[in-house]
Amino acid sequence: MTVTSFTPMSSLLGGALIGLSAVLLMWATGRIAGVSGIAARLFPPYEDREFAGRLAFVAGLVAAPVLVRLVTGSLPVQTIEAGPVVLIVGGLLTGFGSVWGSGCTSGHGVCGLSRLSVRSLVATVTFMATGMATVFLMRHWS
Amino acid sequence: MAVLVQFAIGLIFGLGLVASGMSDPAKVLNFLDLGAIPAGTWDASLAFVMAGAVAVTFLGFSRVLKLARPFFAERFHIPTRRDIDPRIVAGPAIFGVGWGLAGFCPGPALTAFGYGSTSAFIFVAAMCAGMVLARFVAQRPSLTRLVAPADPLET
Repeated sequence: MTVTSFTPMSSLLGGALIGLSAVLLMWATGRIAGVSGIAARLFPPYEDREFAGRLAFVAGLVAAPVLVRLVTGSLPVQTIEAGPVVLIVGGLLTGFGSVWGSGCTSGHGVCGLSRLSVRSLVATVTFMATGMATVFLMRHWS
Repeated sequence: MAVLVQFAIGLIFGLGLVASGMSDPAKVLNFLDLGAIPAGTWDASLAFVMAGAVAVTFLGFSRVLKLARPFFAERFHIPTRRDIDPRIVAGPAIFGVGWGLAGFCPGPALTAFGYGSTSAFIFVAAMCAGMVLARFVAQRPSLTRLVAPADPLET
């Protein structure tokens, strides 16, 4: 594992930007800023005509680090230790589970908790618990 | 115009992910690693990301939802279900395992892809396959008789 430093101020500020984005998306489109829902709807079956807007939102997510690098000349550290097999299995489970459970960290964790949704609270506690259990097994089970 | 605005809103979300450190899987895994508390390497930063995001969203939603309608749409689409069905536990349980394995959830994975990372690309490709699979499985007729509505995204 790589030791990371505790960054309360930049994390709080970054979190506030995520919240601002969720509020702006609700104001503009009337939709929950749930990244799993937005990304999953880029694939068929299509239920509405909002494909372009969703693609634009995802393009914004991907473009953010590009903009940061253009403006500041560098990017914060990113350390991905998982190998291809873990990335593929993790990706499949993340994609399947977030759609099966109607949301992920953004849809349930940020928007759902902010709406005081009991379903989102159950979802958030559950993915936090299995996420923590998985890391515990991977790192401390020997 | 609406599309450009949604690009900008996605950009703000991504900037938040970069600034907060959530697009770095090492930071996410160190937050989920409660077993590291005795060693002093537990990174509590993610709790601050959540706190900042929920605080702003809670205040913002309460104001925005008082409007008659969204700026670019006819009406607000707010989830209405309140029941605790098996899926609202099983889905997040599966997602959490994937999150704990690689340290990516969907938003940060997409933003990490913008770093130019091959690993993030592999994760995003597998994630998209998992999403398509979940919707396909959910819409099989044998399942829709047991659980409604058919599309989990519609709840």
